[in-house]
Amino acid sequence: MPEITMPKMSDTMEEGKIIRWFKQPGSTVNAGEPIAEIETDKANVEIEAFDSGVLTNILVQEGTTVPVGTTIAELRPLTSDQPSPTPEAERPSEPAPVYTAPAEPTPPPVTPPQPEAITEERVMEKSPETEEPKHIAASPLARRVAAEKGIDIAQVHGTGPEGRIVEADVNEFAEHEKGAAPPQPAPTAQIYYNPAEVTEGVSEETLGKMRKAIGERMTRSKQTIPHFYVTSEVRMEWASRVREELNSDEEQEKVSFNDMIIKACALAIQKFPTINAFLDEDKLILHKEINIGMAVALDDGLVVPVVHDADKKALREIASITKELAKRARNGELHQNDYTGATFTITNLGMFDVESFSAIINPPQSATLAIGTIKEMPAIVDGEFVAAKIMRMTLSADHRVLDGAIGARFLQEVKSRLEFPIKLL
Amino acid sequence: MAQLITYREALNQALREEMERDPNVFIIGEEVAEYGGAYKVTEGLFEQFGGNRLIDTPISEEAIVGAGIGAAMVGLRPVVEMMTVNFSLLAMDQIVNHAAKLHYMSGGQVFIPMVIRAPQGAGLQLGAQHSQNLESWFAHVPGLKVVTPSVPADAKCLLKSAIRDDNPVIFLEHEMLYGTKGEVPEGECTLPIGVADVKRTGTQVSLISYSRMLISCMTAADRLSQEGIDVEVVDIRTLRPLDEETIVNSVKKTHRAIIVEEDWKSVGMGAEIESRIVNGAFDYLDAPVERIATAEVPMPYSKPLEKMAIPSVEDIVSEVRKIVGRSAK
Repeated sequence: MPEITMPKMSDTMEEGKIIRWFKQPGSTVNAGEPIAEIETDKANVEIEAFDSGVLTNILVQEGTTVPVGTTIAELRPLTSDQPSPTPEAERPSEPAPVYTAPAEPTPPPVTPPQPEAITEERVMEKSPETEEPKHIAASPLARRVAAEKGIDIAQVHGTGPEGRIVEADVNEFAEHEKGAAPPQPAPTAQIYYNPAEVTEGVSEETLGKMRKAIGERMTRSKQTIPHFYVTSEVRMEWASRVREELNSDEEQEKVSFNDMIIKACALAIQKFPTINAFLDEDKLILHKEINIGMAVALDDGLVVPVVHDADKKALREIASITKELAKRARNGELHQNDYTGATFTITNLGMFDVESFSAIINPPQSATLAIGTIKEMPAIVDGEFVAAKIMRMTLSADHRVLDGAIGARFLQEVKSRLEFPIKLL
Repeated sequence: MAQLITYREALNQALREEMERDPNVFIIGEEVAEYGGAYKVTEGLFEQFGGNRLIDTPISEEAIVGAGIGAAMVGLRPVVEMMTVNFSLLAMDQIVNHAAKLHYMSGGQVFIPMVIRAPQGAGLQLGAQHSQNLESWFAHVPGLKVVTPSVPADAKCLLKSAIRDDNPVIFLEHEMLYGTKGEVPEGECTLPIGVADVKRTGTQVSLISYSRMLISCMTAADRLSQEGIDVEVVDIRTLRPLDEETIVNSVKKTHRAIIVEEDWKSVGMGAEIESRIVNGAFDYLDAPVERIATAEVPMPYSKPLEKMAIPSVEDIVSEVRKIVGRSAK
């Protein structure tokens, strides 16, 4: 009987929470039809059935969080010669373990499916006919060792020939797990205060998934990547003027400064490929695509939607993409592809009147650019004061991958394109 | 005491010592007596033992093996020489239907204590008909034993054991090995037939081989050790009976296996060995079992093409690198 498992929706996703089921046991499900909504560390997404059939068993109740790869439901495929039996008849004699959230009451009756509300948000674009349970290439030894150590093989990344999971991958995964095990909490969670001093006047809140993910990622980055910082000032008069002219056309998509900075960075990266790389032990991995992430602040954290192949896209194209991504990000509607694959990140706090700041690199990347506000202030040109629009930008870069001079030349390249916006076209 | 002699001399010593030890041992074949053998393995024996114990025959392989079987049935210990294994095809009925079956079909009344020696292998530009490796043909047949020594010491000690064995033994020598030298025990030595030998211990991958390819594996292992790759080399030595235990234990230790054989891959010896490994060490395998074998063509006469067809040390080295390799995370 095909099993429906908790899918891995991103590189960092390790568990997911069922928000609600759209289907009840006994319902007929068509391949590609959404069957449940889940919460990941990044966004709320819908999962779709790979096969058509009858949903025979729901094993994970709403509100319950389970690891990636856990069977959450069972589906009996529809066959032409077999009438669909009653759900009772289909229950296996020994039902699989049912996961429920310990503190939660019995779940309320499931809301009936609402297909019209969800058609836009397809997460898995796969043709129904070819869909089979995902095969994991792992050596017999790796499987045995994983079973002995109680590791879900689906979570292990394979580095053997043809990407196969080999024993060493499982052992390294186990080592990593041990390192991250609860007895050794992440440094973000370490107690640097005397709890006795703060027993009064505090309230406690459990960290949300996103806060936890940001915390773990940023801690790992700051602890393992030797950051260095380079700051430069850009005169934005021409960029402002060009932007105003571009936006005077009411019919067209409005272009933001961010869009211009994205384009400027993407073009500058073409000249400095190590900005678009990352370090894997003793190997430098160079990304082929130039995918620019832009940090978007949310009430309870931030997400980094991505403009893929930004160097190949026109300014207006970038503008319409960023507008749509920002909207989806704020509504928690990002698709998986929208927030994965960034090779460089831009973060802008200009709207909060921040002059300049330094950002933490988001691995697997080697650099990130922090943008401050555009401020009107006097500048000296040929010995005379002139009114200027100044923007400060600070590059954080991985010193193992590149040195200060490269960082500086990259900034010069970005600066020259913003100061002469014709170079953005 | 050990002596440094060639594979050819080691075989010659084994024959001489066994003929001295047991008057029932005699040699029969084409050019084995006065000429000293096409590959000079029986050189000097005619002078020592005379025409009654070294019998030159017409070019008639079926008759030669048949005569050997008849002699063995009545208590002699014939050592039959096929000039090369390619000509044994003419004697297949005698070997498969008679030598291998008479003990069984006579209810154990008859023994066939006969050795058929035959050089095989490619590398001397002898063309498609004279460059074959037919070990799997014989290893397929119950009732036969098949021995394929790689080094002079094993050649001597296994030939002595083969002559003393009460069953028909197909003893396959390699034409390219006759001139290779190695340490060989002086005088009496025997080795059990059906026991493999770990010729080099290692931890990362098992090269499983025999005969001439074993030597290529040893060279490859030396080269790979300079890259820090620790290779184990298992010499199977006898293909039937096959020492499954030694092979499986080696793979259980290294978790990776490459079988290197000079016969053709399809339905070749390596297929059998791989099947034993997969059955015996399935949960220990960290990679699919790989095989390196001769190109599936009739052996070309052209020297460069012949060289390309036979597995090289480079082929082995690159396959090992592949099987132990890991990609970036």
